[in-house]
Amino acid sequence: MSDNKIGTPLVEITGLSKWYGDFSALYDINLTVSSGEKVVVCGPSGSGKSTMIRCINQLEEHQVGTIFVDGREVKPGMKNIEEVRRDVGMVFQSFNLFPHLSVVDNLTIGPMRNKGISKAEATEIAMHFLERVHIAEQADKYPPQLSGGQQQRVAIARALCLKPKIMLFDEPTSALDPEMIAGVLDIMIELAEDGMTMICVTHEMGFARKVADRIVFMDEGEIVEVAEPETFFNNPSTDRSKLFLSQLLGH
Amino acid sequence: MSKDTHIDTTDNDRRKRPALLFDVAAYLRTLREISIALITFTIIAWLIWRGALAMEYNWQWYRVSPFFYRIVDDEFIFGPLYWGLLKTLKLAFIAGILAIIIGFITAFARMSNSRAGSNIATFYLEAIRNTPLIVQLFLFYFVLAPIFGIDRFWAGVLCLAFFEGSFAAEIIRGGIQGVDRGQFEAGDAAGLTTYNKYRYIIVPQSMPLILPPLTGLLISLIKHSAIVSVIAVSELTTTGLNLISDTFMAFEVWFIIAGIYLTLTITLSIGVGQLEKKLNVASSSNRS
Ligand SMILES: Nc1ncnc2c1ncn2[C@@H]1O[C@H](COP(=O)(O)OP(=O)(O)OP(=O)(O)O)[C@@H](O)[C@H]1O
Ligand SMILES: [Mg+2]
Repeated sequence: MSDNKIGTPLVEITGLSKWYGDFSALYDINLTVSSGEKVVVCGPSGSGKSTMIRCINQLEEHQVGTIFVDGREVKPGMKNIEEVRRDVGMVFQSFNLFPHLSVVDNLTIGPMRNKGISKAEATEIAMHFLERVHIAEQADKYPPQLSGGQQQRVAIARALCLKPKIMLFDEPTSALDPEMIAGVLDIMIELAEDGMTMICVTHEMGFARKVADRIVFMDEGEIVEVAEPETFFNNPSTDRSKLFLSQLLGH
Repeated sequence: MSKDTHIDTTDNDRRKRPALLFDVAAYLRTLREISIALITFTIIAWLIWRGALAMEYNWQWYRVSPFFYRIVDDEFIFGPLYWGLLKTLKLAFIAGILAIIIGFITAFARMSNSRAGSNIATFYLEAIRNTPLIVQLFLFYFVLAPIFGIDRFWAGVLCLAFFEGSFAAEIIRGGIQGVDRGQFEAGDAAGLTTYNKYRYIIVPQSMPLILPPLTGLLISLIKHSAIVSVIAVSELTTTGLNLISDTFMAFEVWFIIAGIYLTLTITLSIGVGQLEKKLNVASSSNRS
């Protein structure tokens, strides 16, 4: 993974802290992700992984620190946050497709409403990405009619339709039946090979080894270790990451 | 797997419901329920009839048809009840539409991040809920109407609209908060503006939660509209009061007025029920 052609910083997080009431969910997070880079975030449950990546597109508001996305600072309560969000694709653990819209409408709504693209043109873009996630034949179905794996692939296509500069994945395969996981991971690997910048929260260590440039290990709201996959898996530098890995592999 | 299904079919065969099953006990139970209801209604009717007899009430049902229509020189003329009913429908219709608009504005103001918006909305809801409707009506008629130069009909419409609007607001807020949080997040993550997020994602999904109670509210608005008779808006109830002072046929008139309200609301309830059934069938055939 050293032959990567890493470019300019896309996401720059500096001194980020967040509290829910008095509970410190994130503390002094520093992380820079450059264009083309693939970062995998892992750590025990409740360690703040979701909270951190959700701050990037302000689904969660932080209290301290700065976040820049492609040179623009994102802040709580800012105006035009939607312009930043259009550059940041997000895939959720529970898919969150729009159940009242057909698959193709799930994909066209963003481009049509955000960019004023015509329905015909938006449909063309949608079909392109549905083909890319190998699900074009389901275009006219409704999300509840699809399997979990199919829904998650639609969700990835929906995010891609906005031509984002970076993709955030929050445990995209955790809610899937085991036989569905590979299909979704394959799509993500293809995406990585095409050069998409990605931050993935996942415990799929095979995937992490294959695509990650760096592994970020979090515990109790802090980044404990950042390392290349080989180093992290074979030679973790902290006790907490050793414990985490042994528990993960123990299962 | 195949073994399971096999057992299922034989089980179904063995446990088939007999074609000619005549449950005598259930039949008798139904018969008894119906008789009790009939007897009760008969007793009530008899009591009213006896009461009327005791106060020597002079029933004059033969005189009521001109309340609805008359034929003068071969010409068909609608009677006062027709015009009263029309006014009631107009009043309820306009007030209903305004109530929905007020409801949406208030619900969104209440949920908004704006302190001013949510405070004003909360104040409005509390004020409406904690004062008698009739006092609100007097306020609209004697205070606001002269200030803004509106007539009694519009004073009545606005009063009802603000009254029902406060309930509509809570129904709408409940429906919107009933939509899964992930849908809000997905809308945000897709970069939709707040308006587009609600317009295309949230509100359509909240409709199945909002529509049944909201139509119930609009139907009851027809009943509540009777209160504007105290400011003499010439709707159904006012028409009834006028007819009584002209003819002294209080019993007949109140029975007729009650019957008209009853017919109106029951017809609407059944109609809405059918519509909802159809919508449910349509939306569930989408899904499964
Ligand atoms: N809305 C909230 N209110 C209060 N506490 C919250 C809220 N959201 C998250 N937390 C807390 O913040 C901490 C971090 O949560 P987060 O969801 O980011 O963890 P995570 O690393 O993604 O865990 P998981 O692997 O279970 O998804 C947890 O302790 C959680 O209980
Ligand atoms: Mg999480």
